[in-house]
Amino acid sequence: MKAESYPCPLPGGAAASEYALVFDAGRKHRVLIAPALFDEGHKLRRFTVEVMRRLDGSGIDSLLPDLPGCNESEQDLALIEPEDWRMALDAAARHFEATHVLAIRGGGLVLPEKLGGWHYAPVKGASLLRTMLRARILSAREAGREESVDALMEQGLQMGLELAGFSLSGEMLRQLNTLVPGKKVGISALEHELVGGGPLWLRAEPDEDAEQADALAAVIAVGIGA
Amino acid sequence: MDTTDQKLRAILSDVLGLKPGQADTFTAETGLFGDLPELDSMAVAGLLTEMEDRLDIVIDEDEIDGELFESYGSLLAFARSKLGAA
Repeated sequence: MKAESYPCPLPGGAAASEYALVFDAGRKHRVLIAPALFDEGHKLRRFTVEVMRRLDGSGIDSLLPDLPGCNESEQDLALIEPEDWRMALDAAARHFEATHVLAIRGGGLVLPEKLGGWHYAPVKGASLLRTMLRARILSAREAGREESVDALMEQGLQMGLELAGFSLSGEMLRQLNTLVPGKKVGISALEHELVGGGPLWLRAEPDEDAEQADALAAVIAVGIGA
Repeated sequence: MDTTDQKLRAILSDVLGLKPGQADTFTAETGLFGDLPELDSMAVAGLLTEMEDRLDIVIDEDEIDGELFESYGSLLAFARSKLGAA
């Protein structure tokens, strides 16, 4: 496992160097990971790296890029929209010469154009958004303030909104609300039931699960035929 | 234990990371929100979204109050009332 970087296109035509965690031994099969988004990204990061570790053991390289505005990225998330993430994944796919993609949860909403592969536990953008809106309403209520989904969305679409610690632009909110996991040729949806156990993105505390990581990595390794 | 009861225990198991069977010990009086520090607002929000998906109900934010999460019994009664009204 090592830290690398890739040239990531930014809105307005600029480019930045973004960090990527890679298991890269220059092997034939190279899986680009489209990471889970927002709070789920934190909760599933350890699990994601555990899956990568197992792919490495099966002779498969894997590459986990930071999306602009996420994780170690220095870009301002408030200026980013989902299409920027798709372009970042495209750029990472080219830079690292990926042969497959494994999208995790919301990562499958911004799949790179040309890679086939898998989408683990697909989720609608609207569901991710609704959960974050709810969390904000619940914590406001604890603080004695009343907020509503409709009023927050109306305000957010115009001025952007901070949800679960993430600054989201109006454009991000608008697109997120309509993004659904598409039926894309060459992408197999892997429902969580296939992996078994309790879904880790639901956990109140980030956790990992060796059996779940084994199961997901096995599906990918068998699929690749490595 | 009816289906709603089983599904709700399964959802809480997933959110709280309980071992299989552990949620079977929940009684109507088992405390939730106040007694379980790991249930922060993000976890509660995820719990509600998951309840909507697995129980096929729609939960309005106006229906969510502190009493809902006071005990397992109150959450189960809420889920049953939603299903009854559907």
